[in-house]
Amino acid sequence: MAERIYVGTRKGLFEVARRNRAWDIAAVHFLGDPVSAVLSDAAGTLYAALDLGHFGAKLWRREAGGAWRELPAPAFPPKPADAGDDPHPWTLGKIWALEPGGVPGRLWAGTMPGGLFRSDDGGESWALNEPLWRMPERRQWLGVAGGEQPGISTVLVDPRNPADIRVGVSTAGVWASGDEGASWRIINRGMYNEYMPPERREDPIAQDIHQLARCRAHPEIMWCQHHNGVFRSEDGGESWRELAAIRPSKFGFAVAAHPRDPLTAWFVPAAKDERRVAVDARLVVARTRDGGASFEVLSRGLPQRHAYDLVWRHALAVDGEGRGLAFGSTTGGLWISEDGGESWTMPEARLPPVAVVRFAAA
Amino acid sequence: MPTVSFTPALRRFLAAPPATVEGATVGAALAAVFAERPGLRGYILDDQGTVRRHVAIYVNGAPARLGDPVGGGDEIFVFQALTGG
Repeated sequence: MAERIYVGTRKGLFEVARRNRAWDIAAVHFLGDPVSAVLSDAAGTLYAALDLGHFGAKLWRREAGGAWRELPAPAFPPKPADAGDDPHPWTLGKIWALEPGGVPGRLWAGTMPGGLFRSDDGGESWALNEPLWRMPERRQWLGVAGGEQPGISTVLVDPRNPADIRVGVSTAGVWASGDEGASWRIINRGMYNEYMPPERREDPIAQDIHQLARCRAHPEIMWCQHHNGVFRSEDGGESWRELAAIRPSKFGFAVAAHPRDPLTAWFVPAAKDERRVAVDARLVVARTRDGGASFEVLSRGLPQRHAYDLVWRHALAVDGEGRGLAFGSTTGGLWISEDGGESWTMPEARLPPVAVVRFAAA
Repeated sequence: MPTVSFTPALRRFLAAPPATVEGATVGAALAAVFAERPGLRGYILDDQGTVRRHVAIYVNGAPARLGDPVGGGDEIFVFQALTGG
């Protein structure tokens, strides 16, 4: 399995490495600064997005063996005069998703307040995807957690075709482009949102997509941890079926898809939704290996007494083989599995609240 | 010419030494600094060119706005209000 994990927290980026069969913190970067997204690419380049409370969202890059260097952050164009009633700000809130674009140099950044940005030069420059931002429906997007800013939490690029893109928005459903982002349409039939007014419950744009994941070897297979349930799609997100067998609860944020097995995925359920802590104060991972017909509740090595951890949407990761898993929690726990989730170990560390966990790609 | 100074809290991210620059307003003086140090702009102003919500600008010890006039000997100080845990 991958032997390095990057953990972005409220107060820095922690590099966790496996040495002598044990996991330990090997390096700390940006200590004190909130990290909102991390990307490790196949060339060994590492990207870190910071969400500085006073000074805005920033983006840094470190080439393999090199030093960190700040890159220009994605920026919105000047707000036009006729956009005065736009409910969303035209200024970058934070970078929430960073994904490779499938062609050399290309990156996608999903952000708050809902702008999707593209770079074709490894992050040296960025352009707002105007077709998605200028869709009239974007004004219906709702802010995350009652805030004014919707967030693009997931960007999924089809590994067979870099022009084929899915983005998940909290709260605005799943959007698809088949032409590198030149045009967009909302997909995701079959989901429902319990907290919306009855007449809007099944409206695709009303769906609170906490996180999406897709099977790399079978990209038509997608999984979703939705605000009020777990869903699976077999047609690239066009239609979804709820997986009612999820346990111990259907609420949560994170989901990870097995990179090769289209029937396997992992979730970290939590007590919904007013409390948002581990169900019965026992931290568990739910795994399905049969496409969601049934779920196993995995707990070996995880705290089973007085655990009030919540795992945010980017804080669960699977490695390229589907054996290595890692997740971090709001109370600074970090657990790593080398056997597909059967058992978990915790490095000796009390971390700041964890926002994002990623395995090294190289 | 006014002098522009920045909070030392920025030193963790980039160099921002005091500078004496041309500029008849606070905004013009800052623009002169950013012309020399383009990376600094995004730390002080947002995408639309307005002062970030948690950044404050004082001139000679009093709160100021980008459009306020400045002249020779004026001291512009850019800082942040530290909050949270």
